[in-house]
Amino acid sequence: METLMFKGMIHKKTALALVAILLVMLILPHMIPRFYVYLIASILVMALLAMSLNLVVGFGGLFQFHHGVFFGVGAYAVALLLTKTTLPKWICFISAPFVAALAGLIIGLICIRLSKLYFAMIQISLGSLVWALAFRWYGFTGGDDGIHGIPMPAAVSGVSNSYYFILIIFVLCIIALFFILKSPFGSTLQAARDNAQRCEAIGVFVKRHQLFGIIIASFFAGVAGVLFVVLEGSVFPDLLFWVLSLEILIMCLLGGWFTFAGPMIGAALMLSLRTFIGIHTEYWTLILGIILALLIFFLPQGVWGYFQEKWKLRKEAVAERER
Amino acid sequence: MLRVENLINSFGDFKAVNGANLTVKEGEIVAVIGPNGAGKTTLFNLITGHLRPDSGRISFKGEDISGLPPYTICKKGIARSFQLLNIFPRLTVFENVQVAVLSQHNRSLNLFRPARNMLIEETNRILESVGLLDKSHEIAGSFSHGDQKILEIAIALGNEPEFLILDEPTAGMSPEETTATMGLVKRLTVEQGLTLLFCEHDIDIVFSTADRIMVMQQGKTISEGTPDEVRQNEQVQQAYIGGD
Repeated sequence: METLMFKGMIHKKTALALVAILLVMLILPHMIPRFYVYLIASILVMALLAMSLNLVVGFGGLFQFHHGVFFGVGAYAVALLLTKTTLPKWICFISAPFVAALAGLIIGLICIRLSKLYFAMIQISLGSLVWALAFRWYGFTGGDDGIHGIPMPAAVSGVSNSYYFILIIFVLCIIALFFILKSPFGSTLQAARDNAQRCEAIGVFVKRHQLFGIIIASFFAGVAGVLFVVLEGSVFPDLLFWVLSLEILIMCLLGGWFTFAGPMIGAALMLSLRTFIGIHTEYWTLILGIILALLIFFLPQGVWGYFQEKWKLRKEAVAERER
Repeated sequence: MLRVENLINSFGDFKAVNGANLTVKEGEIVAVIGPNGAGKTTLFNLITGHLRPDSGRISFKGEDISGLPPYTICKKGIARSFQLLNIFPRLTVFENVQVAVLSQHNRSLNLFRPARNMLIEETNRILESVGLLDKSHEIAGSFSHGDQKILEIAIALGNEPEFLILDEPTAGMSPEETTATMGLVKRLTVEQGLTLLFCEHDIDIVFSTADRIMVMQQGKTISEGTPDEVRQNEQVQQAYIGGD
């Protein structure tokens, strides 16, 4: 069952559980109403975005406070390429994440010179510039109307088709992110988070390393942007607005930002809460705020972080008894 | 091997290092001593590039290295430990050392292979040589103070240095731990053919370990020589016996 690449990196039980979940997700569109299929697809998009953010926030220790801008750039890139050029559609899809990565390179190059909150502030300002561009430049980006009715290839249009496309790309990206975290690049990134001074003393060009981290995270945010367009068929300036960046940051915190799967859980929780509480009251942000406050008080390591700790303790207890 | 000439570094008006001179030959064990605030740690930070000197010259194997960034100096063969604990607390002990080994082998930017299968032997050899192999899968942050100080040294060894700088390797240790650690440091120096530069508060340790000693006071080198020469120096006697 285990391939050579995964050997020792993942428990057999976990692998089986993951395969089971994947199988369920594959047959899901035939079993539940379209609305829920759509909800799950949007959770997957946000989950990928939050996980790409967590690569630099949780594992890189950077104050990436305006990650949404790379998501928006990816989404706008694919939207503009599809509507304004006659390039083959698949080229539009593939090139958009690279445009986002380029944005990551440019913004990252400027931000990385500063640290901590200064890093965050300059990133928010630069990101807001990009937002203003999309918001004001009616001729090119459609201004605050955005771009609607983006033509999609038949293979990915319709809720069920786009769901499958999003699911496949999501799984591939998550595997890639997992490998990146476990690679020498990933462990060095974590070492730089833990102790940048020491990391320089062992011969690592920390700033360059972190810049690569930002570029990679932007690339995956760009992929999430493409998936968003596939799902919604439209783009609008809100995608680049800092409020979205704050939301995905909260998803990371909510799920547990020192864990791999945490942001995914955070995204699922946040979108479900919004959807289901939103049905009953328009004050859903109020309830969300209370839940968040409670979680931060009682589960500071996040929902997933909490469960991981519990399981670890239980496993240790079992091991202790067997000894 | 290492030569420091007339080094000056100031923080605002305060000259932390004000005319330091030091020569270390290959294979030597050299100690820097001096009262608190004499500028020992600042001197080390200048050598390893964590600070830039205002003036003066640092050369390593005949090459001017003053003002180079830490990661470049490290790749030239100088590794160091820090006075205050300076490890990667969230990583396991194994990963702490492996990160340094990966960096030394220029693999830090590799994205496509699982790190856990890389350079295991090299990392384990270092862990074994300092006696931490049986704890290699523990999270470093949960270690005792003494073990974390040893891990500090192990991380520095991960860069396969020719020249090792230890900033108070036994700070905060009990007398027993101190003796054991200095024994370990001496053994490693001989086994791996290292050149060692260290500073230490315990004068007995310094005089029994070092081949040569450099004494600093208020940022200045006031004496440099063999333990006997230094012991006889009047200024040193004043600084230590008079001041202490």
